[in-house]
Amino acid sequence: MLAFIIQRLFQSVLVMLTVALIAFALFNYVGDPINNMVGQDTTQADRERLRQDLGLNAPFVVQFARFVGHAVQGNFGLSYQQARPVGQIILEKMPATLELSFMAAFLALLLGVPMGIYTGLHRSSWGSQALLAISLVGVSLPTFLIGILLILIFAVLLGWLPSFGRGAVVHIGWWTTGFLTAEGWRAIILPAITLALFQMTLIMRLVRAEMIEVLRTDYIKFARARGLSNRAVNFGHALKNTLVPVITITGLQLGSIIAFAVITETVFQWPGMGLMFIQAVSFADIPVMAAYLVLVGFFFVIINLKSPPPARCLRVPCRGRGGHGSPTAICGGAFAARR
Amino acid sequence: MTVVAASVACVIIGAALLAPLIAPHDPYDLASVSLLDATDPPAWLPGGNWSYLLGTDNQGRDVLSTIFYGTRVSLLVGCSAVLLSMLLGVTLGLIAGWRGGIADTMIMRVADVQLSFPAILIALLIDGVAHSLLPREVQTRITLYVLIAAIALSYWVHFARTVRGSAMVERSKEYIQAARVIGVHPARIVIGHLLPNVIGPVLVIATINLATAILTEATLSFLGVGLPPTEPSLGTLIRVGNDYLLSGDWWISVFPGTVLALLILSVNLLGDWLRDAFNPKLR
Repeated sequence: MLAFIIQRLFQSVLVMLTVALIAFALFNYVGDPINNMVGQDTTQADRERLRQDLGLNAPFVVQFARFVGHAVQGNFGLSYQQARPVGQIILEKMPATLELSFMAAFLALLLGVPMGIYTGLHRSSWGSQALLAISLVGVSLPTFLIGILLILIFAVLLGWLPSFGRGAVVHIGWWTTGFLTAEGWRAIILPAITLALFQMTLIMRLVRAEMIEVLRTDYIKFARARGLSNRAVNFGHALKNTLVPVITITGLQLGSIIAFAVITETVFQWPGMGLMFIQAVSFADIPVMAAYLVLVGFFFVIINLKSPPPARCLRVPCRGRGGHGSPTAICGGAFAARR
Repeated sequence: MTVVAASVACVIIGAALLAPLIAPHDPYDLASVSLLDATDPPAWLPGGNWSYLLGTDNQGRDVLSTIFYGTRVSLLVGCSAVLLSMLLGVTLGLIAGWRGGIADTMIMRVADVQLSFPAILIALLIDGVAHSLLPREVQTRITLYVLIAAIALSYWVHFARTVRGSAMVERSKEYIQAARVIGVHPARIVIGHLLPNVIGPVLVIATINLATAILTEATLSFLGVGLPPTEPSLGTLIRVGNDYLLSGDWWISVFPGTVLALLILSVNLLGDWLRDAFNPKLR
């Protein structure tokens, strides 16, 4: 177990270094950093001096080490577009993305789990057929299209909810929150639904598959034989055993929620990190892009560190360490939906 | 259900292929486009014009015709990206499965790492980085290829893993050993004997990935890092239409969106059907 943990930690560090290397290459070799800093009338000698002062003549390894050192302290240089420290910009944008992502994850769990239980228990009922059909459509519809449709219906035609932005926010230290104003709550509804929809269908299918699998097992039959009520069997025994993989997968999905937030934020002009990245791309704002790259890499490494990655659990049965449940089925299902 | 999906897919693909013949207008012929006709609503609404069945966009182009041409671009990008990722994935998978050892470890380590990030994020990063790297003049000309490469690079893992798995199983079978014993060149064994026996599941994955590739392209174009408005795909059309959504001109984005959703849904259903029909093991 200890060897496993060490191996995982080592792997994570390796991944982070790779991501940092890509970011560093972007940062240093795309265009000339000196040109980005000085005016056109700077002499060649001054440029060389600046290059020397900034350590841009140092060997590659030294420069890279310096970059990593700065990155660890959250120092990514100045944004070309806004001429402010990138770390500061990211810190400003992060609360918006995190609030949206957690709201979406919460919604997905709140609706997805009961829907999964329902469709798992009443497999052939009319309602669960309808839910499954809707979920197929939900998986096929692109996220941005769902967002556009929601804007069209609820913002343009009905005029109930705002179509862009975060509404009024309250500052708590460096954190800004939209949860303390009515306007902020109204603003988060549509983006959160858009972001949650895909994850909701995923969780629903996962819970359904797990419920069906667990309900077939002997201990459920035994519980029924003991004369326990349906309610006790379904919720006390069956549901409890389906929740472990659900929590694992939801944890893993948090990363993809943050990734998909890029799309949702663009549709709703939500002032988070995703929108910041898209804007940085169109302005070729390399420091911001590099910082976003490192940050997202970091999020994913942390998320994957806490729970075994899909690849790991897919391989487990091959090694004959299978044991309880069927990890292949769980991850296979998650993959089929994520694709 | 499958029949419906197949016919919807056929109609859309047929319309895309025949776009120059059946489109009522040529949306990229500047002579026939008039700004006076801009943002006309669909024909059945007040103010609509029957020569523009689904209305016109902000530059007076016929929405129906732009959809035909846009679907063409979307399908082109989707198919090329899938073919390219298939080529890449199958090659790497064969190398990993056949050689084993350090090559296998390295390829699969990269695959593992890549698999822990969502594919769309990787495509977005590759495409975004390429976008800011290239100078503006070059950009518009090669955007198409960059996009195809970005999508292909983010989806090769599925192919590689599948091929590696089956290659490792096949490798130890008798016909491969027999070929080795009689001294067939390894390259010939891999291509002539191994490849035909591992290619089955690959074709199924390719169909399923086609829908995803089209979706990824549309998403990237919608985000503005994909195809430019001069060469619009369905995603670009939706992006353009999105700017006019708030002023009530819903048809510019909703019709391309509907076609995109129908296309993806039908390809998905066909892929699922193929999977069940040809390979019950994958279920």
